[in-house]
Amino acid sequence: MGMLYDKLMQDYRLREGLNACINCGTCTAVCPAAEFYKYDPRRIVDIVQSGDEEKIEELLRSDVIWYCGECMSCLTRCPRKNAPGLVIMALRSLSIDLGYFIESEKGRQQYLLSRDICGNVLNYGYCVYPRHFDYKSHPEAGRVWEWEEQHMDEVYERLGANLEGGGPGALRKIPDEDLAQLKKIFDLTGATKRMETVKEAGRKKAEELGLTEEEFSAMLYEQSSPKHLNRK
Amino acid sequence: MIYEGKQKIWSDYQKEIPDDHYYYVRSCIRQTFFPASEGALLKITRGILGRDVFENEHHTTCGGIAYHTDTIPHETVMTIVARQFALMHKHGYENYVCSCITSFGIYIETLETWRNFPELEAKIAENLKKTCNLEFAKPKFVVHTSDLIYKLREEIASKAKYKLVNVKTGQPLKVVEHIGCHYSKMFPSKGVGGAEYPYVLAGMVEAWGGEIVDYPERRHCCGFGFRQYLIKANRGYSLSNTHKKFESMEPYEPDFIITNCPGCAYFMDRWQYVIAESQGKTYGENGRGIPVLTYEEVAGLVLGFNPWDLGLQTHQVYVEPLLDKLGIPYEPAKKFLGAKGQDLGCPALPTCLKV
Ligand code: SF4
Ligand code: SF4
Repeated sequence: MGMLYDKLMQDYRLREGLNACINCGTCTAVCPAAEFYKYDPRRIVDIVQSGDEEKIEELLRSDVIWYCGECMSCLTRCPRKNAPGLVIMALRSLSIDLGYFIESEKGRQQYLLSRDICGNVLNYGYCVYPRHFDYKSHPEAGRVWEWEEQHMDEVYERLGANLEGGGPGALRKIPDEDLAQLKKIFDLTGATKRMETVKEAGRKKAEELGLTEEEFSAMLYEQSSPKHLNRK
Repeated sequence: MIYEGKQKIWSDYQKEIPDDHYYYVRSCIRQTFFPASEGALLKITRGILGRDVFENEHHTTCGGIAYHTDTIPHETVMTIVARQFALMHKHGYENYVCSCITSFGIYIETLETWRNFPELEAKIAENLKKTCNLEFAKPKFVVHTSDLIYKLREEIASKAKYKLVNVKTGQPLKVVEHIGCHYSKMFPSKGVGGAEYPYVLAGMVEAWGGEIVDYPERRHCCGFGFRQYLIKANRGYSLSNTHKKFESMEPYEPDFIITNCPGCAYFMDRWQYVIAESQGKTYGENGRGIPVLTYEEVAGLVLGFNPWDLGLQTHQVYVEPLLDKLGIPYEPAKKFLGAKGQDLGCPALPTCLKV
């Protein structure tokens, strides 16, 4: 098999998630993403198992691998115990490592996800942090969240949380020594490298499009082509 | 009878849940949107039922949302998991309880992967040594906090002040349960009742007097989809999936929804607001929404906690009609006050969704 296929097979998720697929389409039938997007997990699994390098490369550069919601509903139903969701995760990782992700509209959204979520993990020790979950970017969080945001310290105090406090509790400040350990884990296991790859690819793309970082970020956050949708 | 058939299948998936002595880790999402639920869990298990649920400040995110948005490698999340387990071991525990379904899925998946690939486990142990100088250890049991409440559901029922019964009609309340994809879709044998007939929430509802609604899209995803919600451009994915569930449950007229995963609770609450505001469509009675509660909130109400101590004021679908049905008293004037009774104003009202 070829280079891309071999690289994919080094990913434990692919080794766990792909046995012989019989192309039955059960995964596609239950997949929430397949209903919403032009997306067919059966086809993705089939392409990967075929080992066709050209088609795999096309996938890695496409929007298609970014449609999955990683819900793993497919895994429960597959008669062969395949996990299309895990196959997708392996494809996404490879697409990022090779820099291909930046070529698709959905793929390049990794720029924001990496900056914001990894930023939260390294700065606060949490993936989601209320001070960075603003009502303006999340109007769907409701008028109640708007109120919570306006009175954040008081509301969390009322709810018994320990926002930025010492000792245990909800939303406590995680001690610096623990954050330092997370950073070391990021450095040793490739997360820091992945963050840098994504950041640099994003920087170049913004430059190519003649956009400032802010404009580029706003575009990634808001822009969605109708071509992705599986309208009936 | 069919019911007996289902019960038989459920009995095939009775996972072992230790009765006591847990190392407890929090959830990024639950502590952000439902911090009082985490508080209630500790008050119930430690204070009321006298269990040992230990927490200290050194644990962190499991890395789950970073992992499922593909921003960190597999090896990174496994090493973070190893660190969490090592902290448990360091404090002398072997039972691990987490407050988030995404985390629960991550822990179970990691343990399975290590079981299948011992060389990978050895590598992660080495990573842990190098980065944190901690001793590698694996828990004897990993449970979700809802498993623990499920285990204790009869003890809770025996101390209950309220039942999940409509005080006006005497009928059991009709409850939709949503267990969250990563609880048992990946490893059915690790969840109470498996993927087909998950019983973790149904068992609580039945023990506390309510009745479970079975509806076609009961097992459908809430639509979080990680990147599909977090990026605004993709959010239609998340909304459409929740919409599909609500359309499917609507004819059954549920009194409320109980959720396992804090993300699902947030989405099912907030997307009802968005559907109402954008389409004018509502799913509850009289132009209202269907209240969505975490299982800790439901347990707390049953035990007679003050609804505002449980954080029910932070739900966008207002819960007062449900409290009225349950016969639970509440003080409207205190709903939005601060901890010291200070006036914090009130949230603005939605334009279409009635509250
Ligand atoms: S359900 Fe399994 S066997 Fe069927 S097409 Fe999908 S991956 Fe292949
Ligand atoms: S994990 Fe992805 S491919 Fe599988 S059912 Fe969920 S959205 Fe579809």
